[in-house]
Amino acid sequence: MNRRTFVQALALSASIAAIGLPVGAHAADTIKVGILHSLSGTMAISETALKNVALMTIEEINAKGGVMGKKLEPVVVDPASNWPLFAEKARQLISQDKVAAVFGCWTSVSRKSVNPVFKELNSLLFYPVQYEGEELEKNVFYTGAAPNQQAIPAVEYLMSAEGGGAKRFVLLGTDYVYPRTTNKILRAFLKSKGVAEADIMEDYTPFGHSDYQTIIAKIKKFAAEGKKTAVISTINGDSNVPFYKELGNAGLKATDVPVVAFSVGEEELRGVDTKPLVGHLAAWNYFMTLKNPENDAFAKKYKDWAKKNGVPNADTVVTNDPMEATYVGIYMWKQAVEKAKSTDTDKVIAAIGGQTFKSPSGFTLTMDKTNHHLHKPVYIGEVRADGQFDVVWKTKEPIRAQPWSPFIAGNEGKQKI
Amino acid sequence: MLRSGFTRLLCGLALLGMLAAPARAALDEAKVAGLAGDFQSRLDTIEALGVAGGDDARRVLDALEGGRLGLAAGVLVIVAGDSVVSAATGEKLDLAPAAAETFTVNNRVRRALGTARAALALAASDRDVRLSAARTLADNTTESLLPMFERALAKESDDEIRSVLARAAARVNLASADAAKRLKAAEALGESSDPAVKNLLAALLEKKDGEWVEPSSEVRAAADMAIHTIDRRIATAEAVGTLFSGLSLGSILLLAALGLAITYGVMGVINMAHGELLMVGAYATFLVQGLFRSYLPAYVDWYVAAAIPAAFLAAALVGVAMERLVLRHLYGRPLESLLATWGLSLVLIQAARVVFGPQNVELANPVWMSGGIALAAGVVLPWNRIVIVGFAVFVLLLIWLMMQRTRLGMFVRAVTQNRAMAGCVGVPTARVDTLAFAIGSGVAGLGGLALSQIANVGPAMGTGYIVDAFMVVVLGGVGQLAGAVWAALGLGIVGKFLEGWAGAVIAKILVLVFVIVFIQKRPQGIFALKGRFADM
Repeated sequence: MNRRTFVQALALSASIAAIGLPVGAHAADTIKVGILHSLSGTMAISETALKNVALMTIEEINAKGGVMGKKLEPVVVDPASNWPLFAEKARQLISQDKVAAVFGCWTSVSRKSVNPVFKELNSLLFYPVQYEGEELEKNVFYTGAAPNQQAIPAVEYLMSAEGGGAKRFVLLGTDYVYPRTTNKILRAFLKSKGVAEADIMEDYTPFGHSDYQTIIAKIKKFAAEGKKTAVISTINGDSNVPFYKELGNAGLKATDVPVVAFSVGEEELRGVDTKPLVGHLAAWNYFMTLKNPENDAFAKKYKDWAKKNGVPNADTVVTNDPMEATYVGIYMWKQAVEKAKSTDTDKVIAAIGGQTFKSPSGFTLTMDKTNHHLHKPVYIGEVRADGQFDVVWKTKEPIRAQPWSPFIAGNEGKQKI
Repeated sequence: MLRSGFTRLLCGLALLGMLAAPARAALDEAKVAGLAGDFQSRLDTIEALGVAGGDDARRVLDALEGGRLGLAAGVLVIVAGDSVVSAATGEKLDLAPAAAETFTVNNRVRRALGTARAALALAASDRDVRLSAARTLADNTTESLLPMFERALAKESDDEIRSVLARAAARVNLASADAAKRLKAAEALGESSDPAVKNLLAALLEKKDGEWVEPSSEVRAAADMAIHTIDRRIATAEAVGTLFSGLSLGSILLLAALGLAITYGVMGVINMAHGELLMVGAYATFLVQGLFRSYLPAYVDWYVAAAIPAAFLAAALVGVAMERLVLRHLYGRPLESLLATWGLSLVLIQAARVVFGPQNVELANPVWMSGGIALAAGVVLPWNRIVIVGFAVFVLLLIWLMMQRTRLGMFVRAVTQNRAMAGCVGVPTARVDTLAFAIGSGVAGLGGLALSQIANVGPAMGTGYIVDAFMVVVLGGVGQLAGAVWAALGLGIVGKFLEGWAGAVIAKILVLVFVIVFIQKRPQGIFALKGRFADM
């Protein structure tokens, strides 16, 4: 980093801090929207990019005339990867800054922490990350994938002839709510497909775990005991790097034991030497390598924006699935507001169902009329040497979300708000 | 209908090609046609090409693996730069590269390709190439490969390759209808140490509907015997593997804690910024890697060696600055120095975030530190960990020599034992403090260099190691280098055995509980200083 970009970074952080301050005068010709992403702490790695893409989208909307003739005014706060602070900051955004909607959160635990605030103050949250389901809040719109839009198709692919015909599964994750719930659903799903209990191994590691020797040895032993094995990884955050490094050094190749990950995308692979990862899989609803005009424009816009705003390492920035979901979420909200001709929460909720948007994923996405989720296509990609993904499988059309998994007992009849 | 038309066209082209360049041996078009078919026929074709062998088969497989094989106007073609050639004949076709729709290669195809290439390589002249090919094939044996094994066995003269091939053939022969062949196969498989082979053999010893799966009792006895030998081999390899993981974790803990053993253990400064000194060392390594990549790309594999002095000096300089500017004024006030160093750690983390960005940075293992030694199928000792164990020993030796054999080491020991008396006899205590702190910090930098080879390098990487480092130093006994060594190894090995038994989360909890109980019972640590300075 040279001195100039350093100065730019300083200027940028100063300007963000300035935006974060409550603005005294109430300008009637703007609509305020909140951005609630961690800009420091462990999640800063992933969430900073979402804040950037949200600011870029707002800039783009303003350049085209804003919403109902009014400019959008972003209010950026930093909940610092601290879950209770998410609730506090959300309350501040809604009651003090009077934002019309909030775009934010990454981890499920942060979403769970702000849910009661949005409910109490009847405001809107757009949550852009794939998650475990088993939740449906009136005030939340989920623009990331539910389990049946990511996890289940990925496992079906692994079981197919093309995916290698896996018969044994290792469910490996970080020890918190998202991996535990996803693995509960997957276990039930695998059983429904006739996979025996003895052919499923489940293991968890703490956040930030960096020594995967024992687990890799266990996986090797498990894989050697018989039928074709695949690993389903819900490891979150930077633990993935030592995991894949160890995998490569231990000689477990993607051709023998493929690993499909649900939390590893382009942004996470930026800090990684990807040589040992080539051939391992990830399941998402969007990849940067997708070829369509919307995606080309989206990736270029973000690159230009990053350069203009002095984002560190701007020439190597990438786009990923949650960024696309953020982008789509903001436009969905804009269209709903324009249809409702108001930013009132209940009117926007009534207007948003059925909204469509031609997204960078190559499909026109629809907001479901009843369940607050997007209909999304599913892609499975293999890691390339340059940290991008080659799509090896995709759904023919967008799939409707099932936030309450049918594989968990007692979920029938919960599919609507 | 359409396809046969194209076939005719292709034959025509091939014929033309043959007329134009009669020297070129072409593949039979029917042999490659399956590549354009459905998934299963593609796999079958790949295998058949591997078994058939020859340069043209290799050319087609290479193209498929490189993503250059595709369909253009219904013809199988290879895209080579800006020209398009026919896959079957290698003849240049009058088509634009953009017209070809290349096939995606996924893991399943890549595996089939690996087998096919190994089958091709079995005919290579280089012994090592043949050996690794034989090993690959032994893991992916199918019945259709058996004739090829037997052909290769007949030609092969190298003993090691022969035994690998014989084992691979034995795996197939285990299902043979001939009892004598099965018996030989079961005996041969006793040489293996692969759990997968064990499963094959164990399947013979099962009863189905009251009947043995394997009718011959002789074969059953041989299989039983082979299972026992394999079991023994696997058990030994696994024990060695676990012990090694423990040793490796121990060496990492030691490298993370050794610097602290000097600054906290010997000098008594509770340095909460110790983790950030590790981070400084790791980022120094990253910068050295960057320099090598831009200026000495030919020697990039040796950047780790060049990073040793760089990481040491960078962290030592930061340490000196910390000592001179802050800690110096807080000696004898542990609580304040604890808070001040914690503040320093936040400053350093944020500085790294501003300078290098919040993302982790990418550090590649040099080639000589990638891969590992296979003890048995399933147990691999990775090179990067072996090198780090060696590095830990090297750093330990260096510090021990410094403390025991140099004048500076003697001064440091004198100052820690009795500061006033050391000052009286002319030891420049203030300078010794600075130097000792610099050395402790430098060693932390070396720890950061080692960590960069196995863990993440990012602004907050140090926070993950500070607890472990303090645990090692306190458990070992404050003021003792030897204590830190035993504590690190003990925690590493115990932790790894617990992890194998109870999982990573429980193991971490158990280790913490153990340390708390231990410190309650024995606050002075494993090794206590004895004598007059013990209560200093």
